[in-house]
Amino acid sequence: MTRQLNRHVIGRADDLPPGSRKLVQVAGREIGVFNVHGAFYALANRCPHGGGSLCEGFVTGLSISAHPGKYELVREGEFLRCPLHGWEFEIATGQSYCDPKNTRLRTFNASVEHGAELVKGPYVAESFEVKIEEDYIVLDL
Amino acid sequence: MKLPFKGVIDCDLHLPSPPTTALLPYLPTHWRDQLETRFIHKMNFQLTSYPPNSPLTCREDWRAKKGDGESDLDRLRRQALDPFGVDIAVASLLHGAIALFNEDMAAALCSAVNDFVAHEWLDPEPRLRGSILITGQNTDHAVAEIERLAHDKRFVQVILPVMGDMLPGKRQMWPIYRACERHGLALALHAGSTYRFPTTGSGWPSFQVEDYIANSAGFENAIVSLLSEGVFSECPNLRVICLEGGFGWLPTLIWRLNKEWRGIRQEVPWITRQPGDILRERFRFTLQPVEVPDAALIARIIGHIGSDDLLLFSTDYPHAHFEGVEALPDGLPEALIRKITRDNPLAAYPRLSGGASANQPEKAEQRS
Amino acid sequence: MNVPLPSVTSAQKIGIVDCDIHPVQRSAADLYPYMSQRWREHSEMFGPHIRQGLTGMQVYPRMMAAGQRADSYPAGGGPPGSDLDLMRSQHLDAVGVEWGMLVALSKGGMEERNPDFATVLSHAVNDWQRHDWVAKEPRLLAGVVVPQEDADFCVKEIHLRAQDKAFKQIIISPRSAEPLGRRRYWPIFAAAQECGLPIGLHPAAFSGGAPSTSAGWPTYYMQEHYAFCTGMQGNIVSMIFEGVFEQFPNLKIALIESGFTWMPAMCWRMDAAFERMRKEVPHLKRRPSEYIRDHFWFATQPMEEPENPAHLPEIIEWIGWDKLLFSTDYPHWDYDDPRYCIRFRMTDAQRSMLFRDNARALYGLP
Repeated sequence: MTRQLNRHVIGRADDLPPGSRKLVQVAGREIGVFNVHGAFYALANRCPHGGGSLCEGFVTGLSISAHPGKYELVREGEFLRCPLHGWEFEIATGQSYCDPKNTRLRTFNASVEHGAELVKGPYVAESFEVKIEEDYIVLDL
Repeated sequence: MKLPFKGVIDCDLHLPSPPTTALLPYLPTHWRDQLETRFIHKMNFQLTSYPPNSPLTCREDWRAKKGDGESDLDRLRRQALDPFGVDIAVASLLHGAIALFNEDMAAALCSAVNDFVAHEWLDPEPRLRGSILITGQNTDHAVAEIERLAHDKRFVQVILPVMGDMLPGKRQMWPIYRACERHGLALALHAGSTYRFPTTGSGWPSFQVEDYIANSAGFENAIVSLLSEGVFSECPNLRVICLEGGFGWLPTLIWRLNKEWRGIRQEVPWITRQPGDILRERFRFTLQPVEVPDAALIARIIGHIGSDDLLLFSTDYPHAHFEGVEALPDGLPEALIRKITRDNPLAAYPRLSGGASANQPEKAEQRS
Repeated sequence: MNVPLPSVTSAQKIGIVDCDIHPVQRSAADLYPYMSQRWREHSEMFGPHIRQGLTGMQVYPRMMAAGQRADSYPAGGGPPGSDLDLMRSQHLDAVGVEWGMLVALSKGGMEERNPDFATVLSHAVNDWQRHDWVAKEPRLLAGVVVPQEDADFCVKEIHLRAQDKAFKQIIISPRSAEPLGRRRYWPIFAAAQECGLPIGLHPAAFSGGAPSTSAGWPTYYMQEHYAFCTGMQGNIVSMIFEGVFEQFPNLKIALIESGFTWMPAMCWRMDAAFERMRKEVPHLKRRPSEYIRDHFWFATQPMEEPENPAHLPEIIEWIGWDKLLFSTDYPHWDYDDPRYCIRFRMTDAQRSMLFRDNARALYGLP
């Protein structure tokens, strides 16, 4: 791993094909780098809910249902399920999936940003900018 | 404390179970013959959950006195409707027919009970509303009974015991809920068990008081069942009224389900918002028996629940939960009393929203 | 809105007592050194015989990685909870466990239908805890696992293990054949009181005969998991109303992984029902809530997460700060990390009680 100012080269893009991930230590922090359908994303390896090693969780899709008894898995490979309590996070944004569109009890401001089916949760996993420069994965920190 | 004004809505009031001979005129000839030749008409169909002489079943000073000549209806008016200033009382007759395993006999008796209630109670007493008694073990029978009576708008709910033939969320039960929703009938779950299953997860306890306490667990698991199975995806307008089960346990239920849903919602992906939010929207709970010890704690529990829309006034007449006419916990704020005795019930029952609003609550005459 | 990332609390500054750690056998063979050839053969040929339609798996399959932390599977193979080194690095060392109370649910014979095999499993699991865990890791402490349906055997096993300082409590299944207050279980309570060992009740995955709810079997794990609370309620109501604490005034009960926030409402409910029905239970000399106050402790995991975190300490005030026992449930999926799971303010005194001192007092730990 080479370091240049606050930019960290963490490996060759070729070594991280779509659907794979890599856990790296950068500036004392554990960070998971993910290739989701060819795009690279990085998330802190700590679940904002219960402190779990989020980036070691299952990379999967989103279970949705049109009606009780009907099941569909959509957006495969775009979500991360924490290995502790199973909370789901969108890898691209670090945004937790589950939270009410609105509650009568004011708790968290929830707003819809990513498509009709995706609802923002109260927690966002810390994410970092990832760039591909001459086939290397670069992490801005 | 006493109710500070008249015109309240009592959401849980019980009609006495008649002698079975009184139901004979309402039965088809086959069943009349069966009951008479098998001597079933001499039996009283008292539910084990409510043994006849137990304080659970009737307050001592409300028991009928032999030979005083007072009719059941007059007694109900004198004891339950007039002293509380009741404008509307949602009544139910918890008949033991629902505990029979012969589902055809059970259904015939349920129909007889419903017709008996319509003629003997709802006809002469306009303050009463009825509950359609069904047997939960046969959905065809249950739906047919709902359809048969749905035109009679005096019936405002369909009633099942909270611990019945199966957990209420099961898909086999859904035709009943579709029928409820179709006709603007609430679904009422009442405390008590048909004893199909032991009242605890570790088998049968020794005492009736344990069974009575176990009603809260029965309600919790029933609510978890209705929510998990997605009943409110199928019937988004179904309203569920929980009768005589208390409400102090609601905060834990809401907190646990909300947390659980975040972690394991993939198992039940039709739940697309916090289960606690669905609960606050679709479920209502009657007041008596109030177990939460005082008004201050009730306020805290309502705060934990996160809504004061959920409680509905009830006397649970003639079950013994309070003395005299002190049907409210002491110190309950008047605004809350107005909500639970009037606004919440009107909003809770689709069939009450229209007709009852003409009679606004009025201030009670000064009591000495 | 982003909630700030939870920060590491000062929990790390004090050693914690974790009141719910699950050690697991790599396979049944781990127990074979502690049972005779006759029973090794039985175990191989017939295996466990329990009251459900599947063997070797659960009829409510768990959600996350068979109900385990997905990151707790040992690299060298074997199930989560079977590798002491991983337990040390991932849990004991990582979160600062001073004492860890073992709750050996697996293969302990609590649900075994063959009564002789049940006693063999119980004895073997207790030996196994002693030799394969406590002897190797002095921070761990064992619980005497006994098959509650065989009270005579339980009494012997409890008296035997009570002489060994490694054993700090007695573990029986709250999915018993009958509610735990019933008199068939009283010899166990007598032995517990005599030996000065608390009884730990932890929800069991397998039924003792009754469905998990009073309206039959649930459909989903989500429901089955909720029934951990209601199932426990039936047992404590039973123990109180049968008069167990009149008979055994020094008996102490720890409720593990069954929730604690429902307890104030349950106390109110029991007291109200008692007022109305006390003629049925004249053997009770006190209100039910008073027995709860004197005889019950509550492990915290899974910690509730109310929308308003301040609601939780209100509930704890009603229960008493001295009655909570911190627990993680390692290595299960709903593990509570002591550094993150408390989302409300505590005083230093409250923190010490919750994380350490209450458990020390209950279990007599140094």
